[in-house]
Amino acid sequence: MTQNAVRPTPASPTPPGGHLLEVRDLHVEFRTREGVARVINGVTYHLDAGETLAVLGESGSGKSVTAQAIMGILDTPPAYVRAGQILYQGRDLLTRPEEERRQIRGAEIAMIFQDALSALNPVFSVGWQIGESLRERAGMSRADARKRSVELMDLVRIPAAAKRLGDYPHQFSGGMRQRVMIAMALALDPKVLIADEPTTALDVTVQAQIMDLLADLRRDLGMALVLITHDLGVVAGVADRIAVMYAGRIVEHADVHALYRAPAHPYTKGLLESIPRLDVRGQALSSIRGLPPNLMAIPSGCPFHPRCPYVQQVCVDEVPHDLVLGDGRTSACHFAQEVHDDRDG
Amino acid sequence: MLRFILRRLLQMVLAFFGTTLIVYALMFAGQGDPIQALAGERPVTAAQRAYLTEKYHLDATGVGGFFYRYFDYLGGLVRGDLGQSLTGRQISDILAAAWPVTVKLAVIAMAVTVIFGVTSGVIAAIRRSGVFDHATLVLTLLVLGIPTIVLAPLAQYFLGVRWPVFPPTAGAQPSFYALLLPGIVLGSLSLATALRLTRTSVTENLRADYVRTARSKGLRRRRIVGVHVLRNSLIPVVTFLGVELGNLMGGAIITEGVFNVPGVGFNLFRGIRTEDGPLVVGIVSVLVVVYLLSNLVVDVLYAVLDPRIRYE
Repeated sequence: MTQNAVRPTPASPTPPGGHLLEVRDLHVEFRTREGVARVINGVTYHLDAGETLAVLGESGSGKSVTAQAIMGILDTPPAYVRAGQILYQGRDLLTRPEEERRQIRGAEIAMIFQDALSALNPVFSVGWQIGESLRERAGMSRADARKRSVELMDLVRIPAAAKRLGDYPHQFSGGMRQRVMIAMALALDPKVLIADEPTTALDVTVQAQIMDLLADLRRDLGMALVLITHDLGVVAGVADRIAVMYAGRIVEHADVHALYRAPAHPYTKGLLESIPRLDVRGQALSSIRGLPPNLMAIPSGCPFHPRCPYVQQVCVDEVPHDLVLGDGRTSACHFAQEVHDDRDG
Repeated sequence: MLRFILRRLLQMVLAFFGTTLIVYALMFAGQGDPIQALAGERPVTAAQRAYLTEKYHLDATGVGGFFYRYFDYLGGLVRGDLGQSLTGRQISDILAAAWPVTVKLAVIAMAVTVIFGVTSGVIAAIRRSGVFDHATLVLTLLVLGIPTIVLAPLAQYFLGVRWPVFPPTAGAQPSFYALLLPGIVLGSLSLATALRLTRTSVTENLRADYVRTARSKGLRRRRIVGVHVLRNSLIPVVTFLGVELGNLMGGAIITEGVFNVPGVGFNLFRGIRTEDGPLVVGIVSVLVVVYLLSNLVVDVLYAVLDPRIRYE
C-alpha cells in the first residue's frame, strides 16, 4: 500500500493518422486488504476502425480489467490506474473529466458482458432497457425510442421483436438475452464494441450464432470489435488480430492466421496444444502445467517462466521485451524465434 | 394471479377458524366458573346464574360443550356480530371507536419509518463507511437495543414532561399532534429495521452486474442509483413495510398503554387484564383478519414489484 494516488503519465502529442483506439503501457493495480495486486502491467494494444481484435487469456490475465479501464467503469477503490494512456481518436481518455468520459461510454465505445442475465436489470422490460439510452442520451421521445428498440431487436435477430418488447430478461433464453445486450449496446451507434466473453455462458450452438451475429454486425455497421475471450476456438473465424495476455501483459500479438500457424510464445503454444483435437485419437489432452500467477507476487523475470517448457536462467532474471518477428507480430519471449520455428515441440 | 389470490383467500378462511379456535380455547377452556369470573367478587343470584347459563349455553359441559359454545360464537362472528364485552358494551362499538385512533397512529409511525428510515438507509449505502453511515449504525443499534417499554416512558418524560414539546398523554379523542410522539416512538423501531434493510439492499445492488451495464451505457450516476438500483433495492423494503403496517394496524399495546392512547392495543390490553373473554376474542379475531389481508396485499405487491415472481 505504498503507492500514492493515481498517476497517469503526461499526455504526449498524438501522432497524426493514429489508431481509432490505442492502449499504451497501461498499469492497473487493485489495492486490497491483503496487499496490492498488479493486475495490468504495461498493456499496449491498438484497434483500427472496422477491424476485430481478439484479446485472449485465462481468467485473471487482465483482459476484462483492461476493457473496463477503457470504458472507465473500473471500481475505484479497489482498482487504480497507475500509469499509461488510453487514446481514443487521439485524446487520452485517462486525462479527460468524468463527464466527457460518460459521454463517450455507450455512444462511442460500448460494451457487452459475459452473463447477460445478471448484466441486465431484472425488474425492467428489455424494451425499456434498450430504449433507455435512446431516451436519456439521444433525447428521443418514448414512442420513437420504442420504435427504434424494435428495429434494434430485429437487427440482432430476435424473433417477434415487437411482441417481446415488454418481456423481462428472465423470460428470454441465454442466447436471446445476449442479443438483447447487443441491441442495447448498439443503440447509440458506437464506433467500438467491446465484447467481454460474450459467449462463455452459452451453449455451443448458441455460441456460434452469437459469434456470427457479432461478425455480421461489425461488418454491416462498420464498427471495430474487441473480442475478449479465453476460448481460442471462438476467435479463429472472426478476429483479424489476436493479442494474448498473461499476468497483465500482452505476451504475443499477431495476425490470426500467423498465430495459429506458428505461435511465437510458449504460452500461446500451450494454449493451442490444449485444444482437444478430434482428428487424433487416443491422445492424452495436453495442458499447461502449473497455475496462473498470484498477482500479488508475480514471478521475477518473465512471469510465465515457472510454467514454461523453454525456461532458461535468463527467463528468471530478465523481463523479456517485445520481440518483433516480422509482419508486425511481436512476442514477449527471450526465445521467441526458437519457439516460432519449433513446429513439433 | 387471480387463482393465487383465490387460493390464498381460501387458506385465509382456514387460518381464521384455526386462530379463533385457539384464542377462544385459551380464553375460555381453562375457566373454572365463568359466571363468577364475570361477576367478579360480587354475589350471583340463582336467577342471574340461570339466565347466564342459558345465554352462554354453559349447561353443556366437556369438549362437546366447548365446541357448542365455540360454534355458537362463530355463528355470530360470521354474521358480523362480535358480541358484547363483559361490561355490556357492543364490541363492534368499542372497535369502531378504537380503530381510527390506531390507524392514525400507524400512519404516523409508517410515515416516520419511510421518510427517515428508507431515506437514511439509501444515503448510508451510497456513502458507505462515511460519518453518516457510522452514525446511523450506532443510532439504530441503540434503538433496536432499547425495548419499547423503556423507550416510550423515556420519550414521554423528556419530550412530554421535562421539556414539554408534546402532550405527555393522548387521552380520549386525541388530536394528530397528541399522537405525534407515540407515533414517533412506535415508528422508531421499524425505522431502525427499515434503515438497516434499505442500507444492506442498496449496498448489495450497487455491486450488481446490471449497475456496471448501466454505467457502460453512459448513464448519469443519479439515474443509475435513483432508478436502476433503487427500483431493485426497494423490493425487500416494501415487503417489510407491508408486513410492518399490518402489525401496526393491530395496535401497539405498550405504546398505546404508556401514552394513554385509546386504540385497539389499549382496549385489547384492558380486556386481557380484566379477563374480558368476549372482548379479547373479538378483537383478536378481527386482528387476525386484518393481518391475513395485509399479508395477502404484501404478497401481491411483491409480484407487482418483482417481475420474476409469478404465482401460479
